[in-house]
Amino acid sequence: MQFHTLTIRQAHQLLITKQLSSVELTQAILGRIREIDSKVKSYVTVAEELALEQAKKADERIAKGENVTPLTGIPFSMKDCISTRGVRTTCSSKILANYIPQYNATVTNKLVEAGAVLLGKTNMDEFGMGSSCENSAFFNTHNPWDLTRVPGGSSGGAAASLAAGLCLFSIGEDTGGSVRMPAGFCNVTGIKPTYGRVSRYGLIALASSFDCIGPMTRDVYDCATVLEHIAGHDPHDSTTYQTPVPKYTASIHQPIRKMKLGIPKEYFIAGMEAGVESALQEAIRQFEKLGMEIHEVSLPHTQYALPVYYLLLFAEASANLARFDGTRFGLSVAEGAKDVIDIYLQTRREGFGDEVKRRIMLGAYALSAGYYDAYYLKAQKVRTLLRRDFESAFSKVDLLLAPTCPTTAFKLGEKTSDPLEMYLSDIYVVATNPAGVPAIALPCGFSNNLPVGMQLIGKHLDEQTLFQVAHAYQQVTDWHKKIPPL
Amino acid sequence: MPQTIETKTVKHIAFLVRLGISEEEAQKFSRQFSAIIDYFNMLNEVDTTNVPPASDIANAENVLRDDIVQPSMSREEFLKNAPQSERGYIKVPTVLGD
Amino acid sequence: MRPTYEPVIGLEIHAELITNSKMFCGCSANYASAPEPNTNICPVCTGLPGALPVANKKAIELAVLVGLALNCSVNKHNTFARKNYYYPDLPKGYQISQYELPICENGWLEVEFPSPQTHQTPPLPSGEGRGVRETPLSLRERARVRVRRVHIEEDTAKLFHEKNYALVDFNRAGVPLLEIVSEPDIHSVEAALDYATKVRAILRYLGVNSGDMEKGVLRFEANVSVRPVDSDELRTRTEIKNLNSFRALTRAIAYEIERQIQIYESGGAVVQETLGWDDVRGMTTSQRSKEEAHDYRYFPEPDLPPLQLSDEWIESIRTRLPELPEAKTARFISDFGLTLSEARFLTSERTLADYFERVAAKAKSPARTVHSWIAGEFMRYLNDSGKSIEDVTLLPESFAKLIDMVTDKVISGNSAKVVLNEMLASGGDPEQIVREKNLAQVSDENQIQAIVEKILNDNPAEVEKYLAGKETLLQWFMGQVARATKGKADPNVAKELLVKSLEERRK
Ligand SMILES: [Mg+2]
Ligand SMILES: [Zn+2]
Repeated sequence: MQFHTLTIRQAHQLLITKQLSSVELTQAILGRIREIDSKVKSYVTVAEELALEQAKKADERIAKGENVTPLTGIPFSMKDCISTRGVRTTCSSKILANYIPQYNATVTNKLVEAGAVLLGKTNMDEFGMGSSCENSAFFNTHNPWDLTRVPGGSSGGAAASLAAGLCLFSIGEDTGGSVRMPAGFCNVTGIKPTYGRVSRYGLIALASSFDCIGPMTRDVYDCATVLEHIAGHDPHDSTTYQTPVPKYTASIHQPIRKMKLGIPKEYFIAGMEAGVESALQEAIRQFEKLGMEIHEVSLPHTQYALPVYYLLLFAEASANLARFDGTRFGLSVAEGAKDVIDIYLQTRREGFGDEVKRRIMLGAYALSAGYYDAYYLKAQKVRTLLRRDFESAFSKVDLLLAPTCPTTAFKLGEKTSDPLEMYLSDIYVVATNPAGVPAIALPCGFSNNLPVGMQLIGKHLDEQTLFQVAHAYQQVTDWHKKIPPL
Repeated sequence: MPQTIETKTVKHIAFLVRLGISEEEAQKFSRQFSAIIDYFNMLNEVDTTNVPPASDIANAENVLRDDIVQPSMSREEFLKNAPQSERGYIKVPTVLGD
Repeated sequence: MRPTYEPVIGLEIHAELITNSKMFCGCSANYASAPEPNTNICPVCTGLPGALPVANKKAIELAVLVGLALNCSVNKHNTFARKNYYYPDLPKGYQISQYELPICENGWLEVEFPSPQTHQTPPLPSGEGRGVRETPLSLRERARVRVRRVHIEEDTAKLFHEKNYALVDFNRAGVPLLEIVSEPDIHSVEAALDYATKVRAILRYLGVNSGDMEKGVLRFEANVSVRPVDSDELRTRTEIKNLNSFRALTRAIAYEIERQIQIYESGGAVVQETLGWDDVRGMTTSQRSKEEAHDYRYFPEPDLPPLQLSDEWIESIRTRLPELPEAKTARFISDFGLTLSEARFLTSERTLADYFERVAAKAKSPARTVHSWIAGEFMRYLNDSGKSIEDVTLLPESFAKLIDMVTDKVISGNSAKVVLNEMLASGGDPEQIVREKNLAQVSDENQIQAIVEKILNDNPAEVEKYLAGKETLLQWFMGQVARATKGKADPNVAKELLVKSLEERRK
């Protein structure tokens, strides 16, 4: 049996019908990791012992038939910025290279309670700062579809581990496309939920007002399944919604005829790779066939999304990363330190990579006396306009369709020389985070043998509609079923 | 209006965020920052008169804690990750300017 | 003759709030009674990666309560902000505070100060705590000090400086802290002391802070500048940090005023800087500041949504406001016919005022008599025994009964003092004690006349001197009577009889 291509739903069937045990499944996947992750390099840490332990517990649960969930016994990987008690959590940064959290993120707890099996932690751009995974302090992750190319970022390791069959689902984190962009590059499904839908407690913060934890899966149904288990109000996160979490999978089959799909004209402009453009057009025709009404809409401030996103991210990150000072945890470079300030200066110099340094310095600059109004405050005001763009669009349509990236996966090293050019690859995915709206990314074709992704963007807290529409699409297409030649 | 961020500014900011940097790094960052900040300046085109900053918009309702004491985490756990500790305290080098 | 200067002073008061748990996490806020360092900690208050703050509802209620007591307007929409700087006592590298939209703004407090005030630094108060006033109240002026803002923040960890390293204890990190900022409306050391004293009294009245300066639950910062009297320019000001007692506050301000005047007088210029107060050397000292260029890079705290307070909620807090010192003082004057200073004394502590009222309510004697008993023997007992009024078990009823017994001449004042101390020490009923100790006052004329006669006969020399005009000896004779009767003789009767008997001896 091909374990590594199973969906959660398929594996769940096998588990509860006792045709397969979680230990067998987990061992199989661990074996495959040993076999091919040396090529993909998606994992920073593999928690083999813990995984087998959890798998055994899961099998007991299934044997007893006690609180068996759709995730019980399912092996998954998790982006290395989400705290796991007792399991090294590095953010792919030198400064946390040996950091072992004393507590679990709320999402980690929810998954453990559901009985899911944590295989390990996946590579990422350092602290989520990047779009290719090349900013990992440890190593590059390779795109399973072409090992000379990037998996996208910053949740590149998560996407690659799933595409390569090194887990059955993965937990990513999306601050400005970090789930959707790599999902597109690696041909998997991933959702950035509404900001505040999933707890951030224990998620090592990049930009507190953008960060969203989201699942990456083989199809939309799995995606809905995982989100059901990790979403919800958390008394430890003041920014989570109290609104109850709907049972997405229950209504995922509902018809989508007559639903209005908006095509933001600002997203379909010159500069998009031809193959990407045509794949998107084909997807639009597909939705038309499914009975949806297609409307062109406008998000007039789209071109400002990128500067708004980066300015605010830099500012928030500059404060969020201040706690890495070498005094309470993580790397501490104390040689010859006469004053505590020396520890700060040395530790942060050695512990952070260039992109992190750039961003926290620019963030401090945008917040510093004399520049606050021109940069930080201005960006917060334009952010309000970005939100209004979406509000007015959603007064006309039910959801929006957009690409996840103007190109397919680019070559390793292709964009590392110019930070600004790297920022531009996020152009289609960043706007949703300042606005807080949910967006799901799913495969929609190939361009010279590389996956093309599209995203559906919804109203606040309307993940439901996204799942319905995306699921309907996957019922009539099989792009998502394509597996990389490894 | 292209705007340059001199190396001395870079050094000042670097110290604000407690980053040790060399002269060469300062020069490299100065070049990169100027380009990035110049790109950010496109926001000046946008008319934001009477537009409230998004940070003032509460997208969640008041979330407050009742004043109830929860158990503390174990000190041993806490100090396990500490580079230096002594008699249950976190230990740091002399603190000047105080 | 140099021109006289007027000081311009603003005060920042940091006050910890009395809550069970910390401002943004569930750890105990009672660090004072923590047996060991780093035992009231969690990922939030030690700034571990990924931890998030959740605001303490009680602390927000108390902040509003204080704001209302200081005549502030409450911002129904207010926001938290991050104040960024690096220091080992600040685990996150930023302090969660409030900046653009504090919870309360634009209040005021009325202060008193001697008039007219110039640079001549007034005598420093001797005591702590209760406002020590050395100028007669008649010579005092009243003025409003505007309270610019009251905002919520989190306290820092405790740093212990050793020889060549420092130790950090996070038990205090994250304890709710209130920052009360005045406008620079204070123009004398005494006005500053009065403002600080009144704020402390109000915090104690509200039960939000113990006012225990030694424990550091209340800390002052003063910004000071001086200008020629009658000018309204604002000159360069200096900021004096870490003033942890009223004495340090007044001494530091007085010193700084004088220092700045000297600078101007010698044609120099005052530099804007942060100063420390050296209590031992009694001088302000230039301090290398925490964040050299004071660039705190404040911005809205994205982890905490803005607070939305409803009118109903704010009003429900307002109903919890107790009668505050000023109002109580006024009522004591009108209801009890006390003088201003008597009322001030009694209302200096809520518990003292309450105790006075309970005794006065039970006593038939005039309230001013009750006041003098409380201000006199009662306070003396507290001071001598080092007890606080909370420790007093003496029932107001019993105290009142005792005072009435004096008024009704059942016992003498001196005996009453004995009884009072007995009751304070070991309880009991006044009448019973008087019986046991047989202290009942002797008012029977014949009984006393006999004693008087004996004393006059026994002391012919003194009688001579008296009759020769040394009438001050009367007191001495009174003393003799008191001794002979163990203080039980009614002094008025005794005096009457003494004078009468002495006069008879003229013939
Ligand atoms: Mg403060
Ligand atoms: Zn805590």
